[in-house]
Amino acid sequence: MTDNDTTMTVQPVVRTAKDFASTQEPKWCPGCGDHAVLQQLKSVLAELNIAPEKIACISGIGCSSRLPYYLATYGVHGIHGRALPMATGLKAARPDLHIWVGTGDGDALSIGGNHFIHTLRRNPDLNIILFNNEIYGLTKGQYSPTSKLGLKTVTSPAGVIDHPFNTAALTIGSGGTFFARAFDRDGKFLRSMLNRAAQHKGTSLVEIYQNCPIFNGKAFEIFASPENKANNTIYVEQGKPLLFGPDKNKGIKLDGFTPVVVELEKDALSVNDLWIHDEADINKAGILARFADSDALPRPFGVFYAENRITYEDALTGQINDAQQNGSPSLADLLRGDNSYEIK
Amino acid sequence: MTDTKKSTRQVTVTPKTSVSVLFAGDSGDGMQLTGTQFANTVAVYGTDLNTFPNFPSEIRAPAGTIAGVSGFQLQFSSKPVYTPGAQFDVMVAMNSAALKANLKNLHQGGIIIASLDGFDEKNLKLAGYPEGVNPLEDGSLENYTVFSVPVLQLTREALKESGLTSREIDRCRNMFVLGLLYWLYTLPLDSTIATLHAKFKKNLLMAEANIKAMTTGYNFGDETELFENLGRFDIAPQKEPGVYRRVTGNEACAIALTAASKKAGLELFLGSYPITPATEILSTLAKKKKYGVKTYQAEDEIAGIVSSIGAAYGGALAATNTSGPGLALKTEALGLAVILELPLVVINVQRGGPSTGLPTKTEQSDLFMAMYGRHGEAPLPVLAANSPVDCFYTTYEAARIAIEHMTPVICLTDGYLALSSEPWKVENPDNLSPITPRFQPERKEGDAPYLPYKRDDRQVRTWAIPGTKGLEHRIGGLEKQHETGNVSHDPENHELMTRLRAEKIARIADSIPLQGIDNGPLKGDLLVLGWGSSYGAIKTAVEHALEQGFSVAHAHLRYISPFPKNLREIFGNYKQILIPEINSGQLIHIIRDTFLIAPVGFSKVQGLPFNETEILNKITDLIKEL
Repeated sequence: MTDNDTTMTVQPVVRTAKDFASTQEPKWCPGCGDHAVLQQLKSVLAELNIAPEKIACISGIGCSSRLPYYLATYGVHGIHGRALPMATGLKAARPDLHIWVGTGDGDALSIGGNHFIHTLRRNPDLNIILFNNEIYGLTKGQYSPTSKLGLKTVTSPAGVIDHPFNTAALTIGSGGTFFARAFDRDGKFLRSMLNRAAQHKGTSLVEIYQNCPIFNGKAFEIFASPENKANNTIYVEQGKPLLFGPDKNKGIKLDGFTPVVVELEKDALSVNDLWIHDEADINKAGILARFADSDALPRPFGVFYAENRITYEDALTGQINDAQQNGSPSLADLLRGDNSYEIK
Repeated sequence: MTDTKKSTRQVTVTPKTSVSVLFAGDSGDGMQLTGTQFANTVAVYGTDLNTFPNFPSEIRAPAGTIAGVSGFQLQFSSKPVYTPGAQFDVMVAMNSAALKANLKNLHQGGIIIASLDGFDEKNLKLAGYPEGVNPLEDGSLENYTVFSVPVLQLTREALKESGLTSREIDRCRNMFVLGLLYWLYTLPLDSTIATLHAKFKKNLLMAEANIKAMTTGYNFGDETELFENLGRFDIAPQKEPGVYRRVTGNEACAIALTAASKKAGLELFLGSYPITPATEILSTLAKKKKYGVKTYQAEDEIAGIVSSIGAAYGGALAATNTSGPGLALKTEALGLAVILELPLVVINVQRGGPSTGLPTKTEQSDLFMAMYGRHGEAPLPVLAANSPVDCFYTTYEAARIAIEHMTPVICLTDGYLALSSEPWKVENPDNLSPITPRFQPERKEGDAPYLPYKRDDRQVRTWAIPGTKGLEHRIGGLEKQHETGNVSHDPENHELMTRLRAEKIARIADSIPLQGIDNGPLKGDLLVLGWGSSYGAIKTAVEHALEQGFSVAHAHLRYISPFPKNLREIFGNYKQILIPEINSGQLIHIIRDTFLIAPVGFSKVQGLPFNETEILNKITDLIKEL
């Protein structure tokens, strides 16, 4: 630091959610969960206090992929399914940028499924918001790769017969380093998950159960109403026992590799007997991911798994730095090459 | 020149201007390596040369069969050469199948050096010769000069104490043949000795064995009476003094992208997916990390191009390379790059199609796809390289146009250019045209709002890269409002934007050179108009036609979209126009459509390049009709 710097009084920049709103009015349907996600994301960007010119938001195609248009940052609304390679290319070229990706269950898991798994294993530092409404909204209500079996839609009049993806299991199985689940109707918790995603260095995947009131309004009802929510959801927290229920009197205990629901008083158990959540444990994260496949188990929300692994761009830059240890050769060196010969 | 051993007999050395040689054998016989070594040696010796590797798409097709034949043809000469030769003068046949597959392209009276062990009963059967028939013995080759050499036996004899396994010893027999050819053409061994030492740095036994096999082949020529009547030949070195390197088309593309990034002051990013015959562009660039080059081997062709678009948005010189099937997969993303108006270089190394087609064979059949293969109206510049060395200049030019005109550019090469090679006089960096990106400068408070799609008089927008204060903007695949870039479904605006995007490409014609006449009179009977890798064959054919007194000229297009501005004027100077293409006629459609004229087409769709004789015959026929 120079003397000049120390004598300057630096006014801390304070940013608000409003600073991150673009001039474009969101065109999502009234009641759509996307509005809530946008609002929370703007708040998180303000909390992070990163200069807007250092932020880029990349998306594919679908309702949720309109996200970049509504943020006063850099942004690209790309083509269907391809947000992740675009974001990876941008991050590889510009590791200095803070990059968000907005994508949906169709965009990320169907047409973009290949990019989804490969991005996760490469681990570029991206924050992926997966708006999962279990339906194709923009094309008016066809079933998606996360639609439940039996769901009747315009393209499945007799009910969906395609077994749905388990997003958490897919993420962990693909070598993802961060998975969290949030819910559009729980704003405060959603904000905390987006914040955690931003803090994670590597690819963060936040799956948001997002309501599509027009085409799939009942998808997440059992997690929404106050009477159901307590019994059907469980919020996992690092180092804390897996407790749920209206009076927090129910918990999850591991019987070998099998999770079982227990009632503390009835089963004469204490919280110490319960599964203690550990984000670093990939085996437990795998079991947690599978809760979604069982009706008997509550649906987990929170950070399932977080692993510290070198990012793609850091590994790439590292190799370039190694190659340039003795400086970078000139254009003349390049043109001459290693195998030139002289004719006299 | 390093003769390893003093000649024990007086063998005449006859000077020759040029020779075309084919090394042919089984895919596992090391013919590509042998040919490459021969090419390196003649290059360093100072002759001009042109090579043509020709091999099957299987890594190891059934041994001994016609399907498994791998060939490496090269012509070297005291004069400039532009093709590997219409026919070869010398054929090295390591087995029966190699002879059978290639005999039709050997000059009458040409030399056959046959490796005897490849003509045993088993090999003859695998090559499909009837039982009891051996072409080396039945008189069917009486129009050629045949030398049957017990290559395997002599190699085994020479290496019996080498310490190698018998399998390893047998694999050295290609070096025996190479040594024999060096003797025949009075060429030095030192370039290959140096290469073998470097290649087998960690396996001294292997290096020495290969060198021993080569010198044994060389000395065999010297000692045997077999070649007494033929004698030896010398192709005198004639290259002008200077520093040279030998490059393949793929290497030249990779060097050009790196050079363009250096010249423009940008980082190079290549998003790519391996595909024959384009992969060497990726692998060559992967080794250029010391120049700061970032390569990204994507999960598929689509991710290859889309990652590059992301890098281009971030301010890099972004490129992707592929071949036909890959270009098909990239077309949607190309449309995105067109509407985003970001710079992007797409190198398409054409191969035989449709579908998987002929992956290792050449074709010029993606011109329509390059020109029109996108949904909606999505014009973009299309350039085509005409020789391995020209792959450098055309790719460099593609990068210049992409950056200075903010557009994706397709640069067409093909399998023939990609893998064949020629000497390149090393270019002086100062001779490369400057490349100037137009970055939008930072916006200060109180400045007018930034308009992402505001255009200059060439209809080009500026490049506003993330990290620049005050330029935060959103772009995407949805149609944009003129100047603001905001999403717009307005009917008149869409028509305006469609027109502006087309006009931007058309105006590139103002910044490219006028079309020149490569050879021949500026006015005359016939103009041969070519594009791409047919350059060498057309050039050589037109040279011959001019020697015969025909009024014929040659023009070769680098810029196909937009065309050079004087093309119509040139066409008016000739009675007839001939357009040879390695397809069923694609450029000819575009020329007819653009200029409303009726040129004559000449097609070859065999997965092989034209040779000069085919084109010369066509020229001769056409001129007679005029």
